[in-house]
Amino acid sequence: MIDSSHIGREFGAHTADIEKGRLRFFAKATGETNPIYFDEEAAKAAGHPALPAPPTFLFSMDMEVSDPFEILEIMDIDLEKILHGNQEFTYFKDVYAGDSISFTSKVTDIFDKKGGALEFVVKKTSATNQNGDVVAEMTRTIVVRNG
Amino acid sequence: MSNVTYASVNVGDVIPALTKGEITRTTLGLFAGASGDHNPIHIDIDFAKNAGMEDVFAHGMLSMAYLAQLVTNWAPQTALRSYGVRFSAITHLKDRITCSGEIIEKFEENGETRVRLKLQAANQDGDVKLAGDAVIALP
Repeated sequence: MIDSSHIGREFGAHTADIEKGRLRFFAKATGETNPIYFDEEAAKAAGHPALPAPPTFLFSMDMEVSDPFEILEIMDIDLEKILHGNQEFTYFKDVYAGDSISFTSKVTDIFDKKGGALEFVVKKTSATNQNGDVVAEMTRTIVVRNG
Repeated sequence: MSNVTYASVNVGDVIPALTKGEITRTTLGLFAGASGDHNPIHIDIDFAKNAGMEDVFAHGMLSMAYLAQLVTNWAPQTALRSYGVRFSAITHLKDRITCSGEIIEKFEENGETRVRLKLQAANQDGDVKLAGDAVIALP
């Protein structure tokens, strides 16, 4: 069983730059057809200062931390056993190419179901831009399959 | 897409659906790189088999990105206030994901008129892979 004393633990603080080349790659990889996400002229024509980061992109930027699987190592969870259970975003400010986003994460809950056959770790991440504005909060639930 | 207004929509309205292309190994390789999720279970069949899976399978966040496109095709992203999903089943190679959404609530919050969309991503057989919702502020 995962030690519930990890609840409240903070980890994974880092900063990532929002790069327009990476935004274009993300648009290509997701089959994006709306040009505001890959064409700067289209973005500006639609009133944006630069290419916007699409709604789930901050999750990817949080993966830029030096060891994205640190949470698993801390809790001694096998990478082969995990699934993504839930993912939530709350948005406060828009994020664009050229922004620099700082992330901090915390374990907010650990629980199990089916007599421990499934365990759940809830991680909450706050994203703050270069002006000190909180741009978004993300909550991720990781499912651990035991047995 | 920016023509949507609070007064023009009703609970029960369905927004235009979005069907994506078949998920291939190339799709997953590109998404691993673009998304920064390098978990080998999505790109390395040897690792996937060792983990007891028959083959690699899609990142949940790929379908969550598809479902986000459904929303941003309908209303500008600057109006998006929250977005959440539950990953209810694994998305496999050769699946074709169709995203759909329905307005389930109209309400006022933080001085804005907002709608809640119920969202779903399902494959070609109608198997639901993601279920969730999004809140959008409409003028």
